[in-house]
Amino acid sequence: MDTIMNAFPYLMEGLQVTLYIFAIAIVIGFLIGLVVALFRLAPLKILNWIAKIFVDAIRGTPFIVQLFFIYFGLNSLDFISLDNTTAGIVTVAINAGAYFSEIIRAGIQSIDKGQTEAARSLGLNSTQNMRYIILPQAFRRMLPTITNQAIISLKDTSLLSVIGVADLTQEGRIQASATFDAFNVYLILGIIYFVVIYLLSMLASFVERKFVLR
Amino acid sequence: MTMIRVENLKKSFGNLEVIKDMSTVVEEKEVICVIGPSGSGKSTFLRCLNRLEEITGGHVYIEGVDITDPKIDINKIRQDVGMVFQQFNLFPHKSVLENVILAPMKVKKSDRKASEAKAYELLDKVGLREKAKAYPGELSGGQKQRVAIARALAMDPKIMLFDEPTSALDPEMVGDVLDVMKQLAREGMTMVVVTHEMGFAAEMGDRVLFIDGGYIVEENVPKELFGNPQHERTKAFLSKVL
Ligand SMILES: Nc1ncnc2c1ncn2[C@@H]1O[C@H](COP(=O)(O)OP(=O)(O)OP(=O)(O)O)[C@@H](O)[C@H]1O
Ligand SMILES: [Mg+2]
Repeated sequence: MDTIMNAFPYLMEGLQVTLYIFAIAIVIGFLIGLVVALFRLAPLKILNWIAKIFVDAIRGTPFIVQLFFIYFGLNSLDFISLDNTTAGIVTVAINAGAYFSEIIRAGIQSIDKGQTEAARSLGLNSTQNMRYIILPQAFRRMLPTITNQAIISLKDTSLLSVIGVADLTQEGRIQASATFDAFNVYLILGIIYFVVIYLLSMLASFVERKFVLR
Repeated sequence: MTMIRVENLKKSFGNLEVIKDMSTVVEEKEVICVIGPSGSGKSTFLRCLNRLEEITGGHVYIEGVDITDPKIDINKIRQDVGMVFQQFNLFPHKSVLENVILAPMKVKKSDRKASEAKAYELLDKVGLREKAKAYPGELSGGQKQRVAIARALAMDPKIMLFDEPTSALDPEMVGDVLDVMKQLAREGMTMVVVTHEMGFAAEMGDRVLFIDGGYIVEENVPKELFGNPQHERTKAFLSKVL
């Protein structure tokens, strides 16, 4: 019990870092995903290719390799210097962005083409069609898959401890060795992740219910 | 005034030549009904009139503007050409009222108040004012189609295109939708209607186009086309549907 009382404040600090990184990375990741999905579906072949190469590159390599490439690889270049938190945020954002883009693309394609035809026949241009007709319907449909990916990304942030980011996992490692009570510290660590992810799913299903497709 | 002029229209999907050569003219306030066997290209013909399908060859003029010209602003043209689909294609995430006011507000930049006033007027006209706050999922097929008509009318189109507007409806719903269309025709709307409702074509059509094999096989006033068809294929088709 003592271990836990001593370790807990540090873990909470780590949790703050984790949530901070997650929040920023997921928003940027989502925007990346949206842009890449639109590239993927654009009438311009070159944009399709850029998007496809990006997605394949991210999907075809381990997260940790992406992290090392950005933190160690890019940082070895003279004109780039990223601190570990920034490198971590960038990696999680880009990684999530690739997966989000596939989800968003599938969501857009799942909308009946009659919707676009109706919108275009009313004089909406393709941007207005995307914005008012297709994306709002696609997002409602995609929400469960998006939540899923967000949870995966949240878990991925624990790997940032490898490059020394003082996130929840990193604090856990420090406390585990400081207290000599690895069992309880890691148990608590797991419970904290579990609770956060549980709350995240609750939030998602609340949003889902609120915007249920009629 | 000529509202639509179709000159030597051609349309292929890859190797499939659906429209080989079609020409016709639609004058202001005319109601043109298009009939023909399934797969003969009726929908494709209609969809070329507002360029929902890219046109392979020939010309289509809407109020004198050649819409096959890539330089024209097709969105501008489409504001004048309403379209009603077999499957309604209402926007399911928007209420009936929002469905109707969307295009006037976003495309024509009308303010909300004026758009809503106009929308209520149109919903009155199709008998669905009390459904303004409902969502498409809560409506019957016939109600959905009447909303779709109101939605198209909200843009004040000069031409209305209908693609089998009653084909997806339960029989008891068909009458309500046809009534709305008849009223529209009587008010002088220029209409092109692809339909299997021969009764409607006979009653409301100024002319009927029979399409088959990529051509307009026969074009005449309904009395003549139905009563005295000139071509074998028209006769064969009519003997099956009448
Ligand atoms: N987007 C498309 N790609 C390829 N072929 C198509 C496409 N749209 C239509 N076709 C083909 O063109 C032909 C004409 O189709 P269209 O829908 O215009 O026929 P229709 O006369 O409206 O038939 P129906 O009475 O069944 O509605 C059909 O053979 C159809 O398979
Ligand atoms: Mg058809």
